[in-house]
Amino acid sequence: MGFEINGKTYETDEEGYLVNLAEWDEEAAKFLAIEEKVEMTDQHWEVINFLREYYNDYQIAPAVRVLTKAIGKKLGPEKGNSKYLYELFPYGPAKQACKIAGLPKPTGCI
Amino acid sequence: MAAPKFEVPSLTGFIEVPKIKENASAHVKSFPASAEIQERIGFPGPLVEDWHDKAIAKMGDLLGKYRSLQVFMDACVHCGACTDKCHYFLGTADPKNMPVARQELMRSVYRRHFTFAGKYFPSLVGAKDLTEDILQEWYSYYYQCSECRRCSVYCPYGIDTAEVTMAGREILDTVGIGQKYTNEIMGKLHRIGNNLGLPGPALEDTLQGLEEDIFDATGVPVKMPLDAEGADILLITPSADFFSEPHVESLIGYAKVFHAAGVKWTLSTTASEAGNFGLFIGSYDNIRKAAMRIRDAALELGVKRVVVGECGHAWRVAYSFWNTLTGVGHGGNDPFARQLQQQLDPNYPAPQHICEFTYALIQEGKLKFDKSLNDHRVVTFHDSCNVARGSRMGDMPGGQFIIPREVIKAVVNNFQDMAEETIGEATFCCGGGGGILTDDLMEIRVKGALPRMEAFNNVVKENKVNFLALICAICKAQFTKVVPYYGFDMSMVGGVHQLVSTAILLDVPEGSEQETETEESEA
Repeated sequence: MGFEINGKTYETDEEGYLVNLAEWDEEAAKFLAIEEKVEMTDQHWEVINFLREYYNDYQIAPAVRVLTKAIGKKLGPEKGNSKYLYELFPYGPAKQACKIAGLPKPTGCI
Repeated sequence: MAAPKFEVPSLTGFIEVPKIKENASAHVKSFPASAEIQERIGFPGPLVEDWHDKAIAKMGDLLGKYRSLQVFMDACVHCGACTDKCHYFLGTADPKNMPVARQELMRSVYRRHFTFAGKYFPSLVGAKDLTEDILQEWYSYYYQCSECRRCSVYCPYGIDTAEVTMAGREILDTVGIGQKYTNEIMGKLHRIGNNLGLPGPALEDTLQGLEEDIFDATGVPVKMPLDAEGADILLITPSADFFSEPHVESLIGYAKVFHAAGVKWTLSTTASEAGNFGLFIGSYDNIRKAAMRIRDAALELGVKRVVVGECGHAWRVAYSFWNTLTGVGHGGNDPFARQLQQQLDPNYPAPQHICEFTYALIQEGKLKFDKSLNDHRVVTFHDSCNVARGSRMGDMPGGQFIIPREVIKAVVNNFQDMAEETIGEATFCCGGGGGILTDDLMEIRVKGALPRMEAFNNVVKENKVNFLALICAICKAQFTKVVPYYGFDMSMVGGVHQLVSTAILLDVPEGSEQETETEESEA
């Protein structure tokens, strides 16, 4: 499974998450966002970029509270809450935003 | 993740027995586990060459090991008392989701290979040879059972469908057919210490952030200690409590209760998971390995008490199985088990549920609440199946039903139970338990939630209920995702200790600015 953009192929798992994190680039993110019916704005990119930075440091996506706090600092306190994140990523910031950011799907009782 | 490709049932005000629709959910199958995922938890994959003989041999092994399974295979008289008790049957109308029919998938093969009549006159007794198609049918329908055991309550013989489902899944795993969701998580738990795969440094960072949040909101330096040697209490909680909303609100609630009680407590990086998905697949080796992490952490940290957070099946494993899995009940000649037994404080139950812990403090008058802080909420409580039907709490019969409700009533003014036939030991599963909580099973998750949603809708309409209080991470995740399908807002879902957190009054220490200067400068 996978997809191809401008001759570059990206391998995905059954659920559409990138298999190889290193393959991720902005083109892949745009493609995955279209698949998810998410229209990417600067605010979306802030979230995606933070997810990737955090993953680089900790090998896991940030907890929702960590994410909301970071976004609140960057985009203003009125946006530092999970309601705002759900507006950006209706299927849930953890799973949908991780997919677009090329991170593995968070698992567990979430 | 596209809109549902299935019809969402509409709420009628009644839990109705549907007209049967053959094979209505035969197409529902979750993603299978890869060979790598299988291998990590000690199973082969994909389907092994000699699957037939291996499956039958495993069935024989389980029948010998678990006498209960042998009885369940023989005792059923097809009376039908269980047929309309399953939320998945009520939601999907697929007759194979009647518990008796789901068991029959295994029973027909059992008769063929393990009974005289089935061996020699198979067609007379409905005995079937095991084929690849039958294995696939098992894979479909044994993963449309949440092992909630509601049907067992109504079975005149006490046949435990959950145990049959577990045996079915174990046989499937043994021949290389595993479920991606459950087995991937099981492997992560063994490798990293929790279902999420949250490494120690990330956990530390998350907890620090939460301490800051609590301080900002209350001015009280409530701590969330990690790997604190010499603590009296080890808290074991589902890793979702660190990660997700609304789970984290309950974690904050536990921390506030510990703070108010003035006890020394800790979390552990190596045992940062209460959940034990080994139970879901009936794998003794995996259940035990996961439980050992907790025993090792308790020994290492030298704690006197182990308290379990809001997680349904974890509480069943802890309350019902820890002793024989990892404690003195496990053999007697195990020095570690004896050491742990000596180390534990006999004045407290081992293990203790967080609701028991909070309830005891409430009774002793050690916690102060302002109930009016929860006045914007009208609360109902959903009994989680593994707590309701797989364990107990406190020292009274039915304590697992009484104690969480008493905790809620101590912190809210407005409480309303749902209809009697849908709570207590008759509780309906959330629809996501037992390894079903995965996106690829969304259809049966939504349909399986139907009976609970009917009961909930009735108290929403009649009593203005706006908060569904829970003590299970799976219930929280399932309802957050599923209630919107039935027209409710996900913010109506939360934890019992979330309510505690809202109402609890903490003393703001004098000179707290000085004590917490470092935190503030970081924030």
